[in-house]
Amino acid sequence: MLEISNLVKRYGSDAPVLKGLDLVVEGNTVVSVVGASGAGKSTMLRCINRLVEPTSGSIQLNGRELVNLRGANLRHARRKIGMVFQGFNLIDRLTVMENVLAGRLGYVSLYQAMTRKFPQTDIDRAFHLMDRVGIAHYANKRADELSGGERQRVGVVRALMQEPEILLADEPTASLDPKTSEQIMVLLQSLASELSLPVLINIHNVSQARTYTDRIVGLRNGQMIFDGTPGEFNQEALDAIYGGIEAPDETGGEEQPTEEAQTP
Amino acid sequence: MVEQTAELTARPWTRYSRKERWIRFAIYFVTLFAVVWAIRDIDIFWPWVWDAPTQIQNLGSRMWPPEFEAWSAILNAMLETVHIATLSTMLTIFIALPVSYIAAQNTTPNRLTLWIGRFILVSSRSVNTIIWALLFVAIFGPGVLAGILAVMFRSVGFIGKLMGEAIEEIDRRPVEAMEATGASRMKVVLFGIVPQVMPAFFAIVILRWDINIRESTVLGLVGAGGIGVLLQGSIDTFAWQTVATILLAIIGLVLLGEALTSMLRKKVL
Amino acid sequence: MKETKSGADPLTGQKWKKPPFIASPWLRYGLLVAVVVYLYWTFNTLPFNWDRIAEGLPRAARIFGGAFPPSFERGELMWTGFKESFQIAFLATLLGVILSIPIALMAAKNLAPLPIYLLGRGLIILSRSFHPVIVAILFVAAVGFGPLAGILTLILYSIGFVAKLLAEKVEEIDWGQMEAMRAAGAGFFKTLIYAVFPQILPRQIGLSMYQLDSNLRASAVVGIVGAGGIGSTLMNAFGRYDYDFAFAILILIVGVILVSEGISGWVRKKIW
Ligand SMILES: Nc1ncnc2c1ncn2[C@@H]1O[C@H](COP(=O)(O)OP(=O)(O)OP(=O)(O)O)[C@@H](O)[C@H]1O
Ligand SMILES: [Mg+2]
Repeated sequence: MLEISNLVKRYGSDAPVLKGLDLVVEGNTVVSVVGASGAGKSTMLRCINRLVEPTSGSIQLNGRELVNLRGANLRHARRKIGMVFQGFNLIDRLTVMENVLAGRLGYVSLYQAMTRKFPQTDIDRAFHLMDRVGIAHYANKRADELSGGERQRVGVVRALMQEPEILLADEPTASLDPKTSEQIMVLLQSLASELSLPVLINIHNVSQARTYTDRIVGLRNGQMIFDGTPGEFNQEALDAIYGGIEAPDETGGEEQPTEEAQTP
Repeated sequence: MVEQTAELTARPWTRYSRKERWIRFAIYFVTLFAVVWAIRDIDIFWPWVWDAPTQIQNLGSRMWPPEFEAWSAILNAMLETVHIATLSTMLTIFIALPVSYIAAQNTTPNRLTLWIGRFILVSSRSVNTIIWALLFVAIFGPGVLAGILAVMFRSVGFIGKLMGEAIEEIDRRPVEAMEATGASRMKVVLFGIVPQVMPAFFAIVILRWDINIRESTVLGLVGAGGIGVLLQGSIDTFAWQTVATILLAIIGLVLLGEALTSMLRKKVL
Repeated sequence: MKETKSGADPLTGQKWKKPPFIASPWLRYGLLVAVVVYLYWTFNTLPFNWDRIAEGLPRAARIFGGAFPPSFERGELMWTGFKESFQIAFLATLLGVILSIPIALMAAKNLAPLPIYLLGRGLIILSRSFHPVIVAILFVAAVGFGPLAGILTLILYSIGFVAKLLAEKVEEIDWGQMEAMRAAGAGFFKTLIYAVFPQILPRQIGLSMYQLDSNLRASAVVGIVGAGGIGSTLMNAFGRYDYDFAFAILILIVGVILVSEGISGWVRKKIW
C-alpha cells in the first residue's frame, strides 16, 4: 500500500510544483495520473523513489516511511519500487539480457555485477519475464538494435526484475506509436493483476487511461483535483484538468480555475 | 537621378569604422613594437644568422650518405622506445581512470575531490614529458624506468582530461534508471557509465599511444632511455652518418605507429 | 511472483552467459596470452638498473628536501630566461605563421598544380615528422647554442601545425567566391586577397594564437637541449643540483603556461 500525505516539492526557491498532495493506492489497482504538461506528474512519481527529493510531507510504502531514508536504506527501499521511463533509459551498448539483469543490481554483489555472474534464479526469472512479454529471443541482442516497443518491454521487464512492491511508469507509451502503446498498456494492466502489483502510470492519453486503468487521478498545478473511476471521469473533470491551459498567462489566472475545479 | 549620384559621391566609404581602425592600428603597433623589441633585445649574434643556411647545408652534407653499420643497436633502441611508450600507456590507464572519475563534475564525490582531480590533471599536463624525464632521471638515475615514469606522468593528464570530458558528456537517463533500481554507486558506474564511455576510452588510449611513441623518441636526450640515447651519443661523437640513419629510423617508426593506430581505430570504433 | 502461463517451466534452468567482448575465442585468448607474453618479455629485456633505482627513494627525499622551499632569489636569471623564451616563441610564431601561408596555399589541392602541391605537402610532412626536441638538437649542432636554434626549431614546428590546418581550411573554401572574382577579371593575387584570405583569416588568427601558446610551451622544452630560453636555465639549475632554484623555475613555468593558455583561449573565443 502506498500512502502519500501532504507532499510538497519546490525546485530551488521557485513556487512549489507540488502543493500538499495526498494519495493512497491499495492492493493491485492500476492508477493513472493525468494532467497537463507541467502539472507535476513526473515530479510526484520521482518523489516516490526519491530520484527527486521531496521538500516536505510523507510517503509510505507498506508502512515504511521513504522520505527520510538515506544510503543503504534508501537503496533497499528503491529496489522494491520498479520504474518504467518514457525514454526507456536502457543502457544502449549492453545486451537486452544485461539490461534486464540490471534490475537485480540492488540484490547482487559488486563482484557478481562486474563479472555478470548473476544467480541462476535471476536468470530464470529474466527468461520467464522476457518470454511473457515476448522478447526472450532477443536476449543477446544489443539494446539499441531494438524497436521502440521492444525497448519499452525491456524497460518493463527490468523494473519487474526488482520484484517490486509497486510499479511506477512515467509516460511509458509517449514515445511509441498508437498500436504499440496499446500493447504496452495491456501488458502493464495484465502484469499488475498477474503479479498482484499496484501500478502508478503517468499518462497523457485519456482514452487509454479510461480503458486500461482502474482509477484516474487528475493533477493540476501541483494539486489533486480529480480522483475516481474511469466511469466518473467525465467531460467536466476533463475540462477542470486541461481546461484553459491554452492561455499562456498562468501567473495571474492560475488560482482561479483551480478553485472552480475543487467543487466536483 | 542626378541628385542621387551627387549624394552618393558625397558619402565616403571606408572598410572599417573609426573605432575598428583604432583597434587595428593599436594591434599593429603593439605587434610591431614587440617585434622590434624582441629583435633588438634577444641574445643573438647576427653574423651567425646570415651564416646559418651554409651551416645547415654543411651539416646536411656531413650526414650523407646514411651509414647502416650500427643497425642492430638502432633496432634494439627502437624496440626499447616502443616498449617505453606501450608500457607507460598501459600503466597510465590505471591511474588516469580514477582521476578522471573524480575530475568529472557529474561523478566526483564532492567539491574537494573535484579540485584534487583537477589539480592532478593540470599539473600533469603543464609539465612537459621531457621535464618530467629530467626529474625522474635525477631520482632514479638514467634508464628506461625514468622514461616510463615521465611518459606516464604526462599521459595521466591527457587521458584523464579527455576521459573526464567523456564522462561529463554521457546520457544521464540510463544512470538514473540504474539509481532507481536501488543499485549502489559502484554498480551504477559499472552499468550506467562504463558502457557509455567505452568507445571514447579506446579512442583516447590509442591516440595517446601514438603520441607517446613520438615522445619516447626524445626521452634519451636527457638520459631516460630509448633511441634518444643513441642519437645523443652519435651527435656527441660527431657520427653524423649514423645520426642520419637514426633519423630515418625515427621517421619509419612514427609512420608505422600512425598506420597502426589508424588501423586500430577503424577496428575498434 | 505467481505462477503464470504453463510455458514457463521449460525455461527454468536455461543458462545465460554474457556474450564475450571479442567473439572469436581464438582471438580473445590469443590477445590475452599476447599481452602476458609481451609484459614478461619487456620486463625481462628492458635494462632496469635495479641497484640504482633502489637508491631512488632516498634520492627523491634529498631532491625534494633540497627543493623546498623553492628559491626565487636569482630573479634576474629567471627573468632573462623567461624573456628569452617569450622572444623565441613570439618571433618563431610570427615567422612561422607568415611562412605557413604560402606553404598552405601550395599544399591545397584545389589551388596548386600537382608538382607544387606535392612540394607543399612534402614540406609539411617533413616539418611534422620530428619531435621539436630532435629538431632543436640538430639546429644546435648546426648553428650553435642559443636562441637562434630555438627560433629555427619553432618556426619549423609552427609550419608543421599551422600550414597543415590552414591547407585543410583552404581546401574547404567556397569556390563560388573564387569564380566570382575571376569573373570580375581579377588576377591570381587579387583573387587570393579577395576570395581566399577573407575566408581563411579567422581560422588563421585563431591558429596563430594557439600556436603562440604552443610555442611558449615548446620553448621551455627545446631549451633543455641548449636552444636558449628558460629551458636552458632549468637545465643548468638541474645540472648544478640547484634543486630549489629549479623547483622555482618549474612553478613559474606551470604558472606562465596556465596564464598563456587562458589568454589564448579567451582570444580565440572572442574571434570565433
Ligand atoms: N529539475 C527541475 N528543476 C527545476 N524545475 C523543474 C525540474 N523538474 C521539473 N521542474 C518544474 O516542475 C514543474 C512540473 O514538472 P513535471 O516534470 O513534474 O511536469 P509533468 O506533469 O510531468 O509534465 P509533462 O507532462 O510535460 O511530463 C514544471 O513547471 C517544471 O518546469
Ligand atoms: Mg513528465
